[in-house]
Amino acid sequence: MIRLTDQFEAKSEVGPASIPVDPTTDAIRQPSIFARIERSLRKNGPLFLMALPGLVLLFVFQYMPLPGAIIAFKNYRTSEGIFGSEWIGLKNFEYLFKTDTAIRITTNTLFLNGIFIVTGLIASLTIALLLNEVRSRSAARVYQSSVFFPYFVSWVIVGYFGFAFLNGDNGLLNKWMTQIGAEPISWYSTPKYWPYILTAAHTWKSAGYWSIIYLAGMMGINVEYYEAAQIDGASRWKQITGITLPLLMPIILINVLLSIGRIFYADFGLFYYVTRDSSLLYRATDVIDTFVFRGLRSMGDFGMAAAAGVYQSIVGFVLIIVANWIVKRIDPEKSIF
Amino acid sequence: MTTAHKTPSSSYRRRDFFTQLTINGALLLVSLVFLLPLWLVISSSLTDEVTLARTGFALIPQKISFDAYNFIRMDPGRILRAYSVTLTTTTIGTIGGLLIMSMLAYALSRQDFVWRRPLSFFVFFTMLFQGGLIPTYILVTQTLHLKDSLLALILPYLVIPWYVFLLRTYFITLPKEMIESAKIDGASEWRVFFQIVVPLSTPALATVGLFCILMYWNDWWLPLLYIDSPDKFPLQYLLYSIQRSAEFMTTGDASAMLQTIALPVQSMRMAMAVIAMGPIALVFLLLQRYFVRGMLVGSMKGE
Repeated sequence: MIRLTDQFEAKSEVGPASIPVDPTTDAIRQPSIFARIERSLRKNGPLFLMALPGLVLLFVFQYMPLPGAIIAFKNYRTSEGIFGSEWIGLKNFEYLFKTDTAIRITTNTLFLNGIFIVTGLIASLTIALLLNEVRSRSAARVYQSSVFFPYFVSWVIVGYFGFAFLNGDNGLLNKWMTQIGAEPISWYSTPKYWPYILTAAHTWKSAGYWSIIYLAGMMGINVEYYEAAQIDGASRWKQITGITLPLLMPIILINVLLSIGRIFYADFGLFYYVTRDSSLLYRATDVIDTFVFRGLRSMGDFGMAAAAGVYQSIVGFVLIIVANWIVKRIDPEKSIF
Repeated sequence: MTTAHKTPSSSYRRRDFFTQLTINGALLLVSLVFLLPLWLVISSSLTDEVTLARTGFALIPQKISFDAYNFIRMDPGRILRAYSVTLTTTTIGTIGGLLIMSMLAYALSRQDFVWRRPLSFFVFFTMLFQGGLIPTYILVTQTLHLKDSLLALILPYLVIPWYVFLLRTYFITLPKEMIESAKIDGASEWRVFFQIVVPLSTPALATVGLFCILMYWNDWWLPLLYIDSPDKFPLQYLLYSIQRSAEFMTTGDASAMLQTIALPVQSMRMAMAVIAMGPIALVFLLLQRYFVRGMLVGSMKGE
């Protein structure tokens, strides 16, 4: 991300450019420390001022909460504040891991995000491969818009969509099921169906986005490879498995690795709005993020929720570092840092 | 997109025709499945409430009725207020965010800026490690006292590190000579930024701006955390609150009608969803290619 060589370039530019600015010849030969600071400020000051509003906002909203994470080790009381509350060591963590909760929210987060990565990849690659074969550009544009559309819909509205399909009294799905003679299902209180429903919702919302990224990768492949393959009599399928997919592999691998790096973070909107926060489904749908939110909202147990948050931050941080390290070994250009 | 099929033999061409037919058929089916939920919601918003209660949600309304929309039109207070809240946060957030993020990104893009390295890391670190929800919530509500304030819906999203780096990547590609010659001519850094860099960067700014619009328009997270009073509900949060409440729209003129006419609750909810989705759907249809361009900058160039 940041190369040292830029710095050296920069240095060589600084010297000559600033000579005419300084009126005293003395200062050029042996600039005093104050003159150097003054010159540096005159040069870098405006740029720093430009950066300042953004830096302040990041400081306030990203850095200032960091010390507050110590409430994971405290018995937090609003009246006493973060720093006044009593230290209780690892009690919050103990409590979190003693019950089934920690295991449940961890396995749900990992399991569901794992499924999302696999199905999302298969769906978006399939769509991209099909789109890549379509001859008519205008038709391709219509298909692409249709699958991309869900990306623009908020999870709240996806919750509405889901409700129209799944609600017990008059949802479309139950209507279809009674029409074929099956028993209607009370979807919002039966956990076992939810891994499928959540996977469908997640795939529906994100497949279009990723298919566009993969399609762009496919369009960047040199046409000559395909022409040579055709001369050798390779079928379209052979061309896909022999040329398209192998050449796309680096992009696929990197996206998958980066998703694995984020596997400890769940998409809160999906798990909260699409499930309508139905407590009967928690066994299958409760993830770290929804648990922390409930700790804040309904349970009022700030300490334990913060402990879960710290647990997520630390494991998440390690995973991102590891994933990035692997990506860097494959393709240094694609790593995030 | 079309990779050359140049062999002119007729059997090949016939086979190719059937391949195209299958592929188009498959994609058409996929497209229809993807659009199905949208269609279902629109159709049920146009269905007569009694029919909806008796026969349930259907892809084709058995009895078309505009009651839901008429009721909303009769008492539009809530949705208009929510619209204005969303418009306010989206406008201020997008313009402010673009300005603040592009200034930051420009400073970080300048290779002769001495604090470029540490400050880039300062921005970047926030992408790796977060304090978590609870400390952030306590900070915003108890230190900054932003509970139930519109500022709580705007400030946290003003600087998105990912977009800062996206803009920075773009600024680095701008010709350095242009900036340098302007400075030799005596232009200040501010003038260089606003009169040279900004006009040259409209594609990147447009893309990031669109992502900001989408982010603010679709936000349900910040109001869920920080907003209490109904007159400050943005659109998405209003939708959430009416989905939860069994009876709604019982304020204002409509409550008088409640006695005589059964309120089309179910279809009205769906109509509200349609109304809330409208503008973003329009933005999507018109400006889709800018999104695509921005996504590709983000994914291909890495950073």
